[in-house]
Amino acid sequence: MPTEERRPPIFYALAALLGLFIVFLYGPIATIVLLSFQGPEGGLVFPMNGVSLHWFGELFRPQPIGDIWGSFNRSLGLGLIVMACTVVFSFLAGLAFRRRFPGATALLYLAVASLVMPSVVVSLGIGALFEMLGIERAWYSSALGAHLTWTLPFGLLIMFAVFNRFSPSYEEAARDLGATGWQTVRHVVVPIILPSLVGVALFGFTLSYDEIARTSQSVGALNTLPLELEAMQTNATTPVIYALGAMTTALSLVVISTSLIAVLLVRRQRARLGTDAGQAV
Amino acid sequence: MQPLMNRLSPVVACLQALPLAAVFLAFFAVPIALVVVVSFFDYETYRLLIPAFTLDNYREVFSESVTYQTYLITIEFCAVTWAITATLGFLIAYFLAFQLRSRTTQLVLLLVCSIPFWTSIVIRMIAWIPLLGRNGLVNRLLVELGLVAAPQEWLLYSNFAVVLGYAHLYTLTMIVPIFNSMVRIDRSLIEAAVDAGANTWQVIRTVILPLSKTGIAIGSIFVIAMVMGDFVTVDVLGGGQVASVGKQIATQLSYLQFPPAAANAMVLLVAVIVMIALLMRAVDIRKEL
Repeated sequence: MPTEERRPPIFYALAALLGLFIVFLYGPIATIVLLSFQGPEGGLVFPMNGVSLHWFGELFRPQPIGDIWGSFNRSLGLGLIVMACTVVFSFLAGLAFRRRFPGATALLYLAVASLVMPSVVVSLGIGALFEMLGIERAWYSSALGAHLTWTLPFGLLIMFAVFNRFSPSYEEAARDLGATGWQTVRHVVVPIILPSLVGVALFGFTLSYDEIARTSQSVGALNTLPLELEAMQTNATTPVIYALGAMTTALSLVVISTSLIAVLLVRRQRARLGTDAGQAV
Repeated sequence: MQPLMNRLSPVVACLQALPLAAVFLAFFAVPIALVVVVSFFDYETYRLLIPAFTLDNYREVFSESVTYQTYLITIEFCAVTWAITATLGFLIAYFLAFQLRSRTTQLVLLLVCSIPFWTSIVIRMIAWIPLLGRNGLVNRLLVELGLVAAPQEWLLYSNFAVVLGYAHLYTLTMIVPIFNSMVRIDRSLIEAAVDAGANTWQVIRTVILPLSKTGIAIGSIFVIAMVMGDFVTVDVLGGGQVASVGKQIATQLSYLQFPPAAANAMVLLVAVIVMIALLMRAVDIRKEL
């Protein structure tokens, strides 16, 4: 296609639409980040009454409402556990689905159903299950399970996409050279699909860290951060809630960019070493 | 060695799938089955679940006029959100897939649209409050520009705010599957249409739209499931002013009324399944995965 070919008018119209959409997408969050730097006398809305880090400092003082750091620690811990489980379970299941095994189709349908099931129903079911069994609901038991019903379908679908395009000749070559099954997975399969595993980890952590709907009935007495935030926003009178929002969004962004940079680094290294490992997927 | 491996292969595969299967069984299949069972249970204030077989919970759901109102408004939210996200999603996906020539630009812009998906829903909803509130930025602008005499109350804690929130959250769930369908369309089909004299609009309507149906259907399923069961957006952006089915269930659960909530959830589930089934009749997704 010649580069000097003129863009049709529709190009500019749609480019403008996308621009507006991006403003719509990021505008609100930018607003609360800005408002979180309110001066000590500042309120919940504009105008800015000076600029300060006062409200970020407030985060570290005891709050009249909400248990910020307790819920933050629970969310962080839960996110990391969910991330590890999502990566390991999805990867193993991805390997399994390359072969036939009894119940494969049923399991796939179960995963897809879990993805599209309204979260309130899942949450209610898990709450009722623990209630019937007489087990106290907690973030590390019932909420962990609830989060996995949300992250695992994503992990599994990503693994499907990966293994659909994965050439088995690399494993055959390894086996011909005398590698055991474990060695083939450890030294051939995992390194080749590493960028996708980073992607699964990203989904696992962020979807869990920000999950609220499936957590609501399954978390028990001690809240995760998103639930704490939802409870706090009803009674919020100071920009401290914005500071908290800005902080947790910043954490999400750090996780997202770290994952993306990790993927890019792996790709670059492959290009530099002239390896064709990436071609297998 | 090899024959043994072959015989063991299904066993190994089963073991590999076991953790995933166990999670879905224990935390999805069993709980959903339990929702069905509990919807027929009895309850008292201090005993949350009394095993029984009663249709009272369903009778309650269907006898109250509130139920019909809530379903009506929830389906309305669903329809309006669907129309907005499908239109926006299609146009943006079309722009990314067909109007941009550089693969890198495509991916970077798709990423820019996707990043909020990995951040907090609650924060994204809370973030609208200082914009839409009585003293919010939008109202101040409207008043200062002389467009309205007094701050508008319908901007926040209203049906409008809720739909705006949905569009904000779920347009991406349309963009990604539609984009995915579009990049698989054989470019020679478009060249053929152009050679046969089709203009841009005709190409979109007669070639691209029909071939993006799968993506639109997958996106629609997500939007329907999310909006029908939502209670977080309704809670934050609807204030106490808006009721939806999900919110109603959440409220019942906050009073620990498991059986009525379960009956309500069953009705919701049937409604969602009917909507998805109708969609699947229009487009056979399995054929095209």
